[in-house]
Amino acid sequence: MHLILFLIFAGFCLGGAINLLIQSHPINSALSLIVVMVSLAVLYLLLGAEFPAAAQVIVYAGAIMVLFTFVVMLLNAGREARTLGSRAALRLGFPAVVAILAVIATVILYAQGLGVARLSDGITSTEELSTVLFTKLLLPFEVTSVLILIAILGAVALARHDDTDQRANAERTGK
Amino acid sequence: MSSLLSQEVPLSWYLLLSAALFSLGVVGFLIKRNLITVFMSIELMLNGVNLSFVTFAHQWHAVKGQIFVFFVMMVAAAEAAVGLAIIIAVFRARATLAVDRIDLMKL
Repeated sequence: MHLILFLIFAGFCLGGAINLLIQSHPINSALSLIVVMVSLAVLYLLLGAEFPAAAQVIVYAGAIMVLFTFVVMLLNAGREARTLGSRAALRLGFPAVVAILAVIATVILYAQGLGVARLSDGITSTEELSTVLFTKLLLPFEVTSVLILIAILGAVALARHDDTDQRANAERTGK
Repeated sequence: MSSLLSQEVPLSWYLLLSAALFSLGVVGFLIKRNLITVFMSIELMLNGVNLSFVTFAHQWHAVKGQIFVFFVMMVAAAEAAVGLAIIIAVFRARATLAVDRIDLMKL
């Protein structure tokens, strides 16, 4: 059962990621990224990580991807032009990526003592997780909330129509 | 039924999947020519790393790995909000999303 579920959702993951690369329209890429994220949530559940799975669906597939699709629609982003980028990306980038993947895969395959995952392994309960989060890691958690607040303010400040700039531009062009 | 429940998957497969997702994200970062899709590739890389965090949390029976995933998600959310705001500002100034034409820091 575990093997079947793993194969199905790992397939969805890789398929979605590859589809993200080959689609030329940003909205299609966004939808295939949602597929990747939801199937990753299932994989988290298979590994017994209940809270990350729920947060993955709510935060990533819900909030972040809605933000992405909103921006794609707001900016009316069309089909991307197929230029092949710089030559450096083709000649150095791809061999570098393949080399990195090969090195990581070799390290993983030769690693000693990596365990196995079963369905009967049990689930890390949210209670257990929150006990550690709110006792030992309380300060990082509070710092995160400050980070989110700063991000909200930054996003509002950056995305706002700046009236003073527009007025200055209008005056400049008027003269 | 018991044979179905005792079926096992080596954790190295999960780690290989996470490495593959990360590499696909890097490839997307290199070949995509749309600013928003480049940004999505970064999210894909973050997701790949998250999967390896969860896998190692399972391996060591450690809760802190899963908490780190939570922190990565929060940072990703903050990054997405600010990054998309920057993309909107850039689009307003340049009226394009092609990364080839957005090569100056100045708006």
